[in-house]
Amino acid sequence: MKRFLTTKGLIGIVLLLIIAAVAIIGPMVIPPDAATAMDMTARRAPPSMRHLFGTDQLGRDMMFRVILGARTSLEIAVSAVVMSIALGLPLGLISGYFGGFVDNVLMRLVDTLLAFPALLLALTISAVLGPNIQNTIIAIGVAFTPYLARIIRGEALRVAQMPYVEAARASGTTDGMIMIRHVLPNILPAVIVQGTISLAFAILAEAGLSFLGLGTQPPAASWGLMIQASRDQLDIAPWTAVVPGLAVALTVLGLNMFGDVLRDILDPRSK
Amino acid sequence: MKDIVSVDHLRVEFATDGGTVVGVQDVSFTIAPGETLCVVGESGSGKSVTSLSLMRLVEFGGGTITQGALNFTRADGSTLDVAAASAQVMGQVRGNEIGMIFQEPMTALNPVFTIERQLTDGLMLHKGLSQSEATERALDLLKSVRIPEPEQRLKQYPHELSGGMRQRVVIAMAMACEPKLLIADEPTTALDVTIQAEILALINRLKRENGMAVLFITHDMAVVAQMADRVVVMYQGRIVETGPVAQIFENPREDYTKALLAAVPKLGEMKGKAAPERMRLIGDEAARAAQAPRKPRTAKVLLEVKNLTTRFPVKGGILRRTMAQVHAVEDVSFTINVGETLALVGESGCGKSSCGRSILRLIEPTSGEILINGNDIRALNRPDLRRARADMQMVFQDPFASLNPYRRLRAQVAEPLQNFNLASGADLEARVLDLFDRVRLPRDFMNRFPHELSGGQRQRVAIARALALNPKLIVADEAVSALDVSVQAQVLNLMMELQEDLGLSYLFISHDMAVVERVAHQVGVMYLGRIVEIGPRAAIFDNPSHPYTRSLLSAVPIADPATRRFEGDMNFKPISSPIFPLGHQPAKSQYTQVAPGHFVLQG
Repeated sequence: MKRFLTTKGLIGIVLLLIIAAVAIIGPMVIPPDAATAMDMTARRAPPSMRHLFGTDQLGRDMMFRVILGARTSLEIAVSAVVMSIALGLPLGLISGYFGGFVDNVLMRLVDTLLAFPALLLALTISAVLGPNIQNTIIAIGVAFTPYLARIIRGEALRVAQMPYVEAARASGTTDGMIMIRHVLPNILPAVIVQGTISLAFAILAEAGLSFLGLGTQPPAASWGLMIQASRDQLDIAPWTAVVPGLAVALTVLGLNMFGDVLRDILDPRSK
Repeated sequence: MKDIVSVDHLRVEFATDGGTVVGVQDVSFTIAPGETLCVVGESGSGKSVTSLSLMRLVEFGGGTITQGALNFTRADGSTLDVAAASAQVMGQVRGNEIGMIFQEPMTALNPVFTIERQLTDGLMLHKGLSQSEATERALDLLKSVRIPEPEQRLKQYPHELSGGMRQRVVIAMAMACEPKLLIADEPTTALDVTIQAEILALINRLKRENGMAVLFITHDMAVVAQMADRVVVMYQGRIVETGPVAQIFENPREDYTKALLAAVPKLGEMKGKAAPERMRLIGDEAARAAQAPRKPRTAKVLLEVKNLTTRFPVKGGILRRTMAQVHAVEDVSFTINVGETLALVGESGCGKSSCGRSILRLIEPTSGEILINGNDIRALNRPDLRRARADMQMVFQDPFASLNPYRRLRAQVAEPLQNFNLASGADLEARVLDLFDRVRLPRDFMNRFPHELSGGQRQRVAIARALALNPKLIVADEAVSALDVSVQAQVLNLMMELQEDLGLSYLFISHDMAVVERVAHQVGVMYLGRIVEIGPRAAIFDNPSHPYTRSLLSAVPIADPATRRFEGDMNFKPISSPIFPLGHQPAKSQYTQVAPGHFVLQG
């Protein structure tokens, strides 16, 4: 176990722990209206002792907004990615393992979804269902499913041709058990890698939806919404972009490092 | 005459995450002009590291030459220490004064360049020839390696050539600048036996004509016996023994060399013996103890295959319609008796593996009958087939790919038993322990993962898994081909021992005639999907009656330097394609009986 705690893995885990702590504990300790309270005398104030991370165009404290936003952003992103894996994994697994007719039907379905840009798809779903957090999760989750399904199918196709799968079939293992015992563990590394990358894209997708008025609704805070809001004032108040941008970047960095460690832990060969 | 190469106390180290690993150490040898030096050893012996060091290519693989001199006599007579040469000098030497042939002819050629381009590039670079001069020279080279229709080949791409022709092109490339030293790193390992014979004969001829020195790397003692003037035996990065080829084979000094030679099956050494025999391995007491006299077998048929045909569709066009069919297995019939081994031999693409898979219905046969104990396998529905497969198990070629890297060995061996609810709890544990004992693996291996085992140990696990259901028939698809020779001998002995103890029948699929001669009761020779000759082992090897069987046997290298086979030019008939248009109905297989039980395909 100790061998996995490389410097890289340690940094990843510590980063994620800090971010998770901020997202969970933060909203409990800061005053309820701290993130929405406007201070018109200090609009676009640069970082100072009074406002550690500065203020935005309405004079709201950036630090409080980033802390509150963490919760919204991560909740949406994590739920959406979990949902897309829950949908894409069985789809890709069945498609890749059985091949042939099943594969053709399922993959044409997936291709149809892929024909629309993910954001456009999410936008449509979100617009139909109405703007709230749950629907945003559904929209992003569904929009990301075809990408995951495609990657998982490719991996499953590769693994299904391995001699150990044929050996299992020859010794009477049923298709269902082969998929669970033999195929699934061997495609998990790809799922983990793709999952951590998807999380980063999900945070940004939420931002896109919010920008178009379909994701998080103001005055509530989310990292994506904050980045979008900073668009017009990059030259005069760069910190309004840097602060939430840094939050996204650190999260993604932590996730990628953690994903690598997770993959190594699951792989018996690295022990 | 001055030696072309003189290697003195070479030491190569590799830096890895786990610290420094020594690739080879204290390696010294010389090669004279016109001499073939064979470096032989099993995987991990450092033979390739040695050859790559001579080209200074080892650095590209993360290695460093930390000690020793590699003196190479250049064309102008000066001596160059390759170990200390600059990158610029090496650029002039590589491919120009030292040519190299690699193992895999497909990957050694760049798929997007024509043969002409691959050949002329080096000529224009090293010899400063113009485009037209280089093309002319390329044509000469193709002629010298005896490629048919050389003018046409120049315009072709590597994928349009067969494996043997590709390797000829690779040799032509290596010969392009008339090197003084040719390094051949397992040049025939990936090739079929008839093509191997052609390539070996070609290397011999080129060596004679050009007076080159050849450094020949191989794991195959039979090839060594055929090719070498002198031999270097390597083990774990060190030289074990070195000497003239006759001395190594007839009077080896070191125990390792003796063990290595004992493990090599020699074609013809089973002459006059009725039943297969285990190899007498040095240090293997179980095999040394004289085999208990075999109980006379009562010939009882276990498996009967009648007119088995398997075809695969070749899809093409925009609509992916079936355009043609690969006739992988064509009208094949044979029987296997209880407790006996039928070996199917043939070259790659002859349909021997498809035949084995068809019997288990891992691929669906097109027509024919498969009867095991009178039970028609092709008539079974899915649940019944699943139960019937318990009687027939399979062992695959690649022991690295046939075990799931993510599961403990205990779980993998127990899986067949769990599938049929044959055992659980303590009973299951006991059965698995028993299987590990059977294949002579330490019991504590149960908790390991496949990567912690060597190739031979993994193959034992695969055999244990196949034995779990007490099968009557085991289809062994090239089960020992990927193993080192000493390990191969042990696994073969284990398989023969299990056959005696358990009365197993084997369908032994192999390309290696010498191995087949060791293990088989009956032999079927396959060619283009058909069995061209089938009969008792002695009949096939002593009286080969089909021309293909004869050419196959004449191409097998013999592990005896006294019988050199590859002196002149050898040219075997290339194997034609088994792809036929839709609706093509080939003639039925008609056989002539030349002796009792010995059948030869007509026509």
